[in-house]
Amino acid sequence: MSQDQRAATPAWLADEPLVIGEHAFTSRLFVGTGKYKDVAETRAALEISGTQCVTVAVRRVDLAAKGPSLLDAIDRTKVVILPNTAGCYDAASAIRTAELARDLLGTRLVKLEVLGDTKTLLPDPVGTLEATKELVAQGFHVLVYTSDDPRLGVRLEELGAVAVMPAGSPIGSGQGVLNPFAIRILLELVKVPVIVDAGVGTASDVAIAMELGAAGVLLNTGIASAREPLRMPAAMRDACSAGRQAFLAGRIPRKLYANASSPLEGLIHAAGRPGAT
Amino acid sequence: MQTATTIRITLNGAPRELRAGTSVSALVDVLGLPPDSVAVEVGDRLVRRSDRTERVLVDGDRVEVVTLVGGG
Repeated sequence: MSQDQRAATPAWLADEPLVIGEHAFTSRLFVGTGKYKDVAETRAALEISGTQCVTVAVRRVDLAAKGPSLLDAIDRTKVVILPNTAGCYDAASAIRTAELARDLLGTRLVKLEVLGDTKTLLPDPVGTLEATKELVAQGFHVLVYTSDDPRLGVRLEELGAVAVMPAGSPIGSGQGVLNPFAIRILLELVKVPVIVDAGVGTASDVAIAMELGAAGVLLNTGIASAREPLRMPAAMRDACSAGRQAFLAGRIPRKLYANASSPLEGLIHAAGRPGAT
Repeated sequence: MQTATTIRITLNGAPRELRAGTSVSALVDVLGLPPDSVAVEVGDRLVRRSDRTERVLVDGDRVEVVTLVGGG
């Protein structure tokens, strides 16, 4: 958000920036850069989404590749790059990948993923804990992809994670937030920012995560694989903002019975149906 | 054919022949890659950008040259 836009925000919509490590973000939407048609589409989607932090992966260089590179899609004066360790199935390879990313980007940030298997892409909790400990010791600012297990989130925070990133549902599954109760408990127990990562299928999934009180949402496939990948980023951006404002505003409790919005006094007839209690 | 003036390394999983005495930074040049767009490992260990010139490759080195790609 620019200085002008901030100044234009009325007091009743004011919000704190999300602070992670050395960075302060006014957008709470984190967007992945995978699966887009080309660099131009990536660049456009990121810009429309309003994101200030994007994830990237580290892979062997394609020696035959020609044309623009991913870095051409990202304006590093406006957007922070968060390298991930996607595709790592043990702590050692995740640590190597993080070291390569740090050397390449000169950033301390890393989104740690230590996955269990290629079919579910569920995080491996033991490898994730091991790698978190080592990367924190090496001075990384580690944002940890994890399951929605609240106690595991606490352990990651205790090890020094700068953010805990529970999966709403499996990566790329589009199932949304499957266990809002676990996310709520995790949010109560963990004091560092909690960013719901993975499983977002559509705008309402983002809103639900933000309404629960998540500090942010990270998504990729929900935009990149939408039928219109340049229409979805604005929907995700607005849902993130709507969900955040709804959380700050405080939703009403769910009640079993109705509660009339119109006055019950002053009716021209007797209130209620005869015999009703 | 390998001679005293060439070495064989494994580059990103594939065999490759280089002139003996090639440093990591020279390899990046030979590959035509912008030096700040890649990171390099030799034998599973990072060779920091500041160490690329002095790290000379030797016969049998396993080299990984990585870059950033789209990811979530």
